[in-house]
Amino acid sequence: MRRQLRILSGLALLLLLVAGAGAQELLSRPEIEGHATPTAEFPEPRSASLEYTDVAVLAVALGLSVYLALVRRSRRGLFLLAIGSLAYFGFYRQGCVCAIGSIQNVVLALSDSSYGVSLAILAFFALPLVATLFFGRTFCAAVCPLGAIQELFALRPVRVPAWLDQALGLAPYVYLGAAVVYAATGTAFIICEYDPFVAFFRLSGSANMLILGACFLVIGLFIGRPYCRYLCPYGALLKPLSRLSRWHVRIPPEECINCRLCEDACPYGAIHPPTVKQSDADRKAARTRLVLLLALSPVMVAAAGWAGRGLGVPLSRLHPESQLAERVRLEETGQVEGTTDASDAFYSTGRPRQELYAAALALHERFSVAGMLLGGWVALVIAVKLIHTNLRRQRTEYSAEKGNCVSCGRCFWYCPAEQVRLGLIENVDVVVKRPPAEEGKS
Amino acid sequence: MAADKNRQDRRQFLGGGVRTVGAMALAGFSGFLAGQSGKAEETIWQIDPDVCTTCGNCATYCVLDESAVKAVQCFDLCAMCDPCPGYFDLGHRERTTAAENQLCPTGAVLRTFIAEQAGVPRFEYYIEEKDCIGCGKCVEGCAMMNGSLYLQVRHDRCVNCNQCAIAVACPSQAFRRVPASQPYLMKKKALAATQRRGSS
Ligand code: SF4
Ligand code: SF4
Ligand code: SF4
Ligand code: SF4
Ligand code: SF4
Repeated sequence: MRRQLRILSGLALLLLLVAGAGAQELLSRPEIEGHATPTAEFPEPRSASLEYTDVAVLAVALGLSVYLALVRRSRRGLFLLAIGSLAYFGFYRQGCVCAIGSIQNVVLALSDSSYGVSLAILAFFALPLVATLFFGRTFCAAVCPLGAIQELFALRPVRVPAWLDQALGLAPYVYLGAAVVYAATGTAFIICEYDPFVAFFRLSGSANMLILGACFLVIGLFIGRPYCRYLCPYGALLKPLSRLSRWHVRIPPEECINCRLCEDACPYGAIHPPTVKQSDADRKAARTRLVLLLALSPVMVAAAGWAGRGLGVPLSRLHPESQLAERVRLEETGQVEGTTDASDAFYSTGRPRQELYAAALALHERFSVAGMLLGGWVALVIAVKLIHTNLRRQRTEYSAEKGNCVSCGRCFWYCPAEQVRLGLIENVDVVVKRPPAEEGKS
Repeated sequence: MAADKNRQDRRQFLGGGVRTVGAMALAGFSGFLAGQSGKAEETIWQIDPDVCTTCGNCATYCVLDESAVKAVQCFDLCAMCDPCPGYFDLGHRERTTAAENQLCPTGAVLRTFIAEQAGVPRFEYYIEEKDCIGCGKCVEGCAMMNGSLYLQVRHDRCVNCNQCAIAVACPSQAFRRVPASQPYLMKKKALAATQRRGSS
């Protein structure tokens, strides 16, 4: 009450003041002799050339990472490089822009012709992909600041059951799909919005994000690289590229002697044992499953796409225009009392309601198409995953699964052949006592 | 053995083919984008002051502890009102510079006495940037008169998040990506006032 009175008295005073000037007209600035009008200062943003420094640092770090992982096979080198990357891209550059987020800039540039992606961001997007195509995920090993911080925290890794690992491993593809939808529609860059570590890099940010980041790090103590394995949408791009890579880290420097010493060495569950010979019956069953899956997958994709159309409305909820329309509608029909900042802002523009509703409807349409594509995409990912697990593969040695291995080099040291290479032991027989029968076989 | 070797070779060959195609596709894609937006500059975030409704979110949603958004004075537009509704909390009776009379919660709006004209004291109103938290109270107050105060993302502070956290929280959708070479946006009337001075 008192507050209202005060405001009223203030307003009355103002009205007196403004009376002469008229409500809309501007008061003119008094001319005062000998007084020059100051000008406000506008500090320049960070200079563009520094962007290219970032790209140069990225290129050098990538090159170093490849060299350390594949040529030097140095875990310590990779570890130090990871710390360096964390310091530069994480704490100095404060996490923006990164390869993971750049996906959205690229998508937005594709969908919105008025937005152009700068060459530096493009380089952040493309360089790690190219490097991965040839050398495996060396970017993840020691260049990505998000990977690096998790790498440092992987202290007590436990093995995630294979079925769970496989299932959770699908999440990055779903996240990627959603991020693409929201970037393409100009809604928001959700990868950046929900980046769990960037708050640490800046040592500030909303409390929720700091808590989320802390959770990821604590989980990361026991489950190695949880973000990389079960969320990172850029990892979802890197995985298939890494599978194609020409040169990829090998656990033994030369030949694997199947000593099993590295079996549990990988904190990220990327080491696969040699395959056992399948019986003819098993092989036949697998082949039937494969044929069935191949025949079924188009149906799955089509069905999921059809179902995905229904996602239009829920998906569009994140779009500010859609939110606003919903709120204004509720206010108009009297289903809610009062207004929000957003609806106040809308009313103050004088824009007609019908126009807003029409825009929201158009958005629903767009998001229905997006939902259809998203549904199809998720089904496709699942189908490919199923087909992939049913493909016949033959491994004769313990090997790093190219898709999931992040080339961190932790497993090298476990291999006796590596210890021979390093000159730590004379020959592998010091560590491995091979039973005579085995020796005969090999 | 020979069959195995054959299969190995086939796999290698296939892998090489897919890899080459993949590399070419990636290069082509990047090239296409670079060509399409090669001239594109880096973009940064800015507030369109004509759209902003001074809701107060700018003070609290920035990822920095001290928001990158600050109030800016367009001196050409400021009419040196007496009293200044951006400076004084008009709810208070007194017009002294005591903190409780000031609108700004941090006392970041400063004034210096310039001259007295026909019994009206004229002050120049400044924003002491290091104290401003970007709450927009002064902007809201000033809007009752000429609206010469407005909020802007200050680019010596902003870390240019790929997704600005305030932009997500802004109820009036006043945040935009602007080219880095034109980092600030002016109110239309502020621009007009500045141009008037420039031409006179
Ligand atoms: S998986 Fe993603 S977060 Fe992890 S290191 Fe690779 S790019 Fe970075
Ligand atoms: S390099 Fe070895 S330890 Fe590291 S991710 Fe690959 S398989 Fe696992
Ligand atoms: S009132 Fe708010 S926006 Fe204006 S100067 Fe003070 S802190 Fe800054
Ligand atoms: S881009 Fe980031 S630092 Fe800049 S104003 Fe927005 S939230 Fe603050
Ligand atoms: S969040 Fe938007 S409306 Fe609120 S003060 Fe900032 S720019 Fe203005």
